[in-house]
Amino acid sequence: MNDKKIKMQLSCPMPKLDYDIITLGHGSGGILTNRLLNDGVFSLLKNNLLDQQHDGATFNLNRKLAFTTDSFVVSPIDFPGGNIGELAVNGTVNDIAMCGAIPKYLSLAFIIEEGLTMKEFWDILVSIKYAAEEADVQIVTGDTKVVEKGKGDKIFINTTGIGELNPKADIHEKNIRPGDKIFVSGPIASHGMAIMSVREGLEFDTDILSDTQNLNHLVKELLDEFGSKIRFFRDPTRGGIGTTLSEICQKQNWGINIFQKNLPILPQVSAACDLLGLDPIYVANEGIFITIVSPEIEQEFLNKIRSNEKGKKAQLIGEIVSEHNGKVVLHSAIGGKRVVNMLIGEQLPRIC
Amino acid sequence: MKYLDEFRSPELVKQYLDEIHSTVTQSWNIMEICGGQTHSLVKNGILDLLPDKINMIHGPGCPVCVTPLALIDEAVYLAEEKQVILCSFGDMIRVPGSKKSLLEAKAGGADIKIVYSPLDAVKIAKENPDREVVFFAVGFETTAPPNALSVIQAKAMALNNYSILTSHVLVPPALEAIFNDDESEVHGVLAAGHVAAIMGLEEYYPIVEKYKRPVVVTGFEPVDLLAGILQTIKQLEKGEYKLENAYKRVVREEGTPSAKEIIFKAFEISNRDWRGIGTIPQSGYKLKEEFLNFDAHEKFKISIDKVKESKECIAGQILKGIKKPDECPQFGKKCTPEHPLGAPMVSSEGACAAYFHISDFQF
Repeated sequence: MNDKKIKMQLSCPMPKLDYDIITLGHGSGGILTNRLLNDGVFSLLKNNLLDQQHDGATFNLNRKLAFTTDSFVVSPIDFPGGNIGELAVNGTVNDIAMCGAIPKYLSLAFIIEEGLTMKEFWDILVSIKYAAEEADVQIVTGDTKVVEKGKGDKIFINTTGIGELNPKADIHEKNIRPGDKIFVSGPIASHGMAIMSVREGLEFDTDILSDTQNLNHLVKELLDEFGSKIRFFRDPTRGGIGTTLSEICQKQNWGINIFQKNLPILPQVSAACDLLGLDPIYVANEGIFITIVSPEIEQEFLNKIRSNEKGKKAQLIGEIVSEHNGKVVLHSAIGGKRVVNMLIGEQLPRIC
Repeated sequence: MKYLDEFRSPELVKQYLDEIHSTVTQSWNIMEICGGQTHSLVKNGILDLLPDKINMIHGPGCPVCVTPLALIDEAVYLAEEKQVILCSFGDMIRVPGSKKSLLEAKAGGADIKIVYSPLDAVKIAKENPDREVVFFAVGFETTAPPNALSVIQAKAMALNNYSILTSHVLVPPALEAIFNDDESEVHGVLAAGHVAAIMGLEEYYPIVEKYKRPVVVTGFEPVDLLAGILQTIKQLEKGEYKLENAYKRVVREEGTPSAKEIIFKAFEISNRDWRGIGTIPQSGYKLKEEFLNFDAHEKFKISIDKVKESKECIAGQILKGIKKPDECPQFGKKCTPEHPLGAPMVSSEGACAAYFHISDFQF
């Protein structure tokens, strides 16, 4: 955990609340809900728009907008490197950033299973506050529902976000053409393997941390510098970079080559994938993006992205080609080739 | 990573490939027994790099593929009807039974857990004394020691709510079944390195002598596989047949005696049904008399009707190397990884799933 996160946890002590756990009453809309929101959520996530405490937030925006929503159901809710709260903020912030937009406002909705401890809820709220401040977004409206024990999995979170399009951005699949270069902004497969290492019944000892982080500042920096020379951004979350690249490539009149030897992966993540028989290209990420850029800026782009802490391990991983249209071909480290298809179902550990 | 990176070295791979290309003068059919080897050949794109004269045949060493349909139906039955906590290795749960897979049963509310080790299932049994816990004990010689250990531990802990549903199969009898099949045209075999690491080499000498075909114990990394292929080709080109060990850093002549000791404490050799192949005599393990209380089949007195395999699926011929997956009329049409007719299309180790991805490569 970084110093800033620790500091925030220390500076946000849990207020004294009536109950140690969340009960159905906390979702009733009555006094308990009111106290939970006033003493918990509102006091912590305070800002001018949220303070209006109206049915919705009203605000002006000046430019073309990007709008997205995502739900978070990760289990366990606490995992090495983060928790469901910061994941919910970063996930939506990043989806907006991938559109070439600057995220501004978020909604935040909880579906809580009764029995969640106030401490667990508070830790999630503090992480949300931290992640929102880091991403420079405001949480302006929200909702809290409580469901009976057994009808949820501790807590589910939905966030919806709105952002203003960066005037320099022109992010669209139709801009991609043969010769373009494909980069990944950091090591792959860390989030999925961090979750796997703590999943009930499948635990193993490791120091793998989730890569959950916001990417909006890095994306803005790159767009400000390179504008429409950047054709495309996508964050390869579920299904990993393999599925994301297959999706991008489908039905196009060009193909994708990727080079296994260039794929950045931390040694402990690679070892865990080997051990469990999982292919890292299909393992989830939460803090990296794939970007496709014009070949003329290849070197400048690499220098620029690597100068940012969040992109310092970026790698050129492949290129757009005018052959095998609609298909992603992986060139293995030893010089072989195979087609990368979309992941079918969940990747399951092999028997032997 | 030490002991791994060296065996993924592009330079070494090139050296081996050059030697293979210059050694081969005629066409050879080489079977890699183990699904893990199939997976590695495909994942690393090795098939594409071998000379056209080398035809790799993907053997039956995919535990998921050879587990009988009836056993999957039994596992589904235990989870749904007997409300047990059914623990399984991951890739077993997607294999279609006659009506449904364990994954579909799970979606319907059955308590099915994926574990990495049967010892985790024992732990679950200890933590849930009021529930029956069954571990779906499938696999080859490699998974036999931990499966045996789980019942030995459960017995020592006097856990009477733990049992295993066994479908353990063995490599050497399968090898003989393939060599005995008139339709099979396997010239040489890459034996599974991890199986030999447990069992040693002893069992293979008589097979090599009897069928006069080279068997080379082979590992899983690109360099291991190419070394195994090269040694096999060298023998074939010279008209020789012997047992060779191309995986010496892991496999010792005697195997791992302590693991074998554990296996034979709990298991004895018995006839086994192989999905797609049929019954092979003395080709598997069953629990010994003194562990029968831990045999789920006995414990729950399961008697469900055996359903016949879909006639459309030619998995048996695939597993014996008689037909290639793309020679199946249903391949890629009615049978895909999303909607498999048979097990070899399910697991990443299965020949059909492997081919599905390679055939996609025709561009």
